[in-house]
Amino acid sequence: MADVQQIINDVTKVYGKERKALMPILQAVVKIKNYLDDQDLISISKALDLSAAEVFGTASFYTFLDIVPRGKNVIRVCKTISCHMAGKDEIIHAIENTLNVKTGETSVDKKFTLLSTNCLGWCHKGPVMLINDKVFPELTAAKAIEILQNYQEEE
Amino acid sequence: MENSRPKRVDIIFLMEGIDPIKVVETTIKKSPDDIILEMIDSGLKGRGGAGFPTGLKWKFTRNEESYDKYVICNADEGEPGTFKDREILDRVPEKVFAGIAICGYTIGAREGLIYLRGEYNFLLPTLNEKLILFNEGLKKIGLDFSIQMRSGSGAYICGEESALFESMEGKRGEPRNKPPFPTVAGYLGKPTVINNVETLVYAFMIARIGSEKFKEMGTKDSRGSKVFSISGDTPKAGISELELGMTVQQFVDEFGDGDTKAVQVGGASGGCVPRKMFQETIIGYEGIPTGGSMMLFNSSRSMYNVLHDYLEFFTEESCGQCTPCRVGCQQLLKGIEAIKRGDKSPGYLEDLKKLAKTMKVAAKCGLGQSVANPFVSIVSNFKEEIIY
Ligand code: SF4
Ligand code: FES
Repeated sequence: MADVQQIINDVTKVYGKERKALMPILQAVVKIKNYLDDQDLISISKALDLSAAEVFGTASFYTFLDIVPRGKNVIRVCKTISCHMAGKDEIIHAIENTLNVKTGETSVDKKFTLLSTNCLGWCHKGPVMLINDKVFPELTAAKAIEILQNYQEEE
Repeated sequence: MENSRPKRVDIIFLMEGIDPIKVVETTIKKSPDDIILEMIDSGLKGRGGAGFPTGLKWKFTRNEESYDKYVICNADEGEPGTFKDREILDRVPEKVFAGIAICGYTIGAREGLIYLRGEYNFLLPTLNEKLILFNEGLKKIGLDFSIQMRSGSGAYICGEESALFESMEGKRGEPRNKPPFPTVAGYLGKPTVINNVETLVYAFMIARIGSEKFKEMGTKDSRGSKVFSISGDTPKAGISELELGMTVQQFVDEFGDGDTKAVQVGGASGGCVPRKMFQETIIGYEGIPTGGSMMLFNSSRSMYNVLHDYLEFFTEESCGQCTPCRVGCQQLLKGIEAIKRGDKSPGYLEDLKKLAKTMKVAAKCGLGQSVANPFVSIVSNFKEEIIY
C-alpha cells in the first residue's frame, strides 16, 4: 500500500502546506491507490491543519475523487448524447457481460470498476471510454472487450 | 454571405513561421495600454460561451492595484459536444502559453495557471514538459512570469469561473456570488483574468497580426472566427474553424447529412434550432451564441431522448448549492418522464416551462440559469415528441 504520508510530503513540498495544496494531494493519492479512505482524509486534514469535515467535503464533491473502494482500473464510459447516439449502450453491455458486473460495481478480482460519466470531450469519435487516465475513442463492442483483455493480461 | 458556404479559416492551428516566444518578446515592447487598445479594437469576445469582451476584462484587471494578480486559462472544457480546447492544447500548446504570458505582462501578473479538466489528464505529462521550456524562454526574454498546470477532478461546474477558483483553492466547486467579479477578486481573492483556451490563442494571434486583420472577418457583433466542435448526425464530425456570422442553414448545408431536423447550438446549456428556423438564425452574438458545440440530429432521433439526456446531465452536474437549480433540474426531469408515462396531462408541460423560466432568473449561476435554453427550445418546437 502506498504511503499516503509520503505523498502528502511530496506534494506539500511543491505547493506549500496551504489549502490550495488540497486538490493536488487528493488527486495524487487517488492516482496511486484509486480511492481515499477515512484514514487518508484524516491524515491529509492534519497535514494541512484543516478540519476533517472540510477535507471530506471537498473530496466528496468531485466525481474523480473516489471515497469508496475502486478496482485497480477504473473504466468510465461516456453516456452523454453524442456517444449515446453513437451506441454507448452496446459498449456498456459488452463490458458488463465481460466483467460480470453492473455499472457502478467492481469486479470480484478487484481489477476493474465500471462507471458511466458525462461528456469526455471526444464526441466526434464516440463511443469513448477512459481507463484511468487513458482514452479509448471510436469503440465497438469487440474493441472494448479486446482492450479489457489486454488490461487483464497485464501482470 | 447569403447562402454561400461557411468560410474556413486557419488562425488557431496555424503554426508555420510562428515562434511563440518571439511574438511575446515583440509584443512586450509595446505598452500594456497599447495592447489593451488593440484587443478592444479587435472586438474579440470570450470564446468559452459567455462572450465578454476580452480587452475590457484585461483593462479592468490592469486597473486594479494589487501586488498579486493572476492569469488563469480555463481548460475545464466540459460542455457536452465540445472538444476544441483539447485539440488546441494538444496541437498548439505554445500558442496558448504565449497568450497567457502576453495577458500576464499586460495586466501586471507574475503567475499564470492552466486549469485542465481531469478527463484530459493524459495531456499533462507533455504539457508539463513543454511548460518547462516555455518558462525558461520567458526568463530569457526578461519577462518575470511563469505558468503552471492545475487539474480538475470531473466536475462540470468548475468550468464556471468562480467555481474554478474555489476548486483551485481546495474547496468544493460551488460558484460564488457576483459581484465581486474576478477582475477585482478572483483566485485567492486577487484580481484575476480568466480566459478560455481558444480566447487566449486569438489574443495571441491578434498581438501578432494586429486587430485590423481579425476585424475584417465576421459581423459587427461577432468579429473574427471561431473553432466549432461538430458531432452527432454528420458525415464531417470533428473540428472546424469558421468565420462568424453564418446562418444555421449555411452550417447545415455544409455539415448536415441531408436529413437534419435540429441543431443544438452551444451544448446542453445552449438552444435547439429546429429546421424551420435554420434560415433566420445566425450563429453568433446577434443570434444564437455558442462556445462552439454543434450537435446535429436527423429525423431518426427522438428529441425526447435528447432532452432527457440533457436534463439528466444537469441533475448530475448541479452543484446543489441553490434550490431553484438543485430541485428544478430534478423536477423538470421527473416531469417529462411523468408526461411520457401518461401520469401527467400534456398541459403540465406549460407548468414545467414556467419552472424553467423561473430558474433562469432565480438560480445562482450560469448552470441553473441556462437549463431553460434547451428545455424551452426543445419543448416548444418538438412538443409532440415530448408528449407521445
Ligand atoms: S445554479 Fe446550480 S450549479 Fe449554479 S450555484 Fe445554483 S445549484 Fe450550483
Ligand atoms: S458525448 Fe461522449 S465524449 Fe462528448
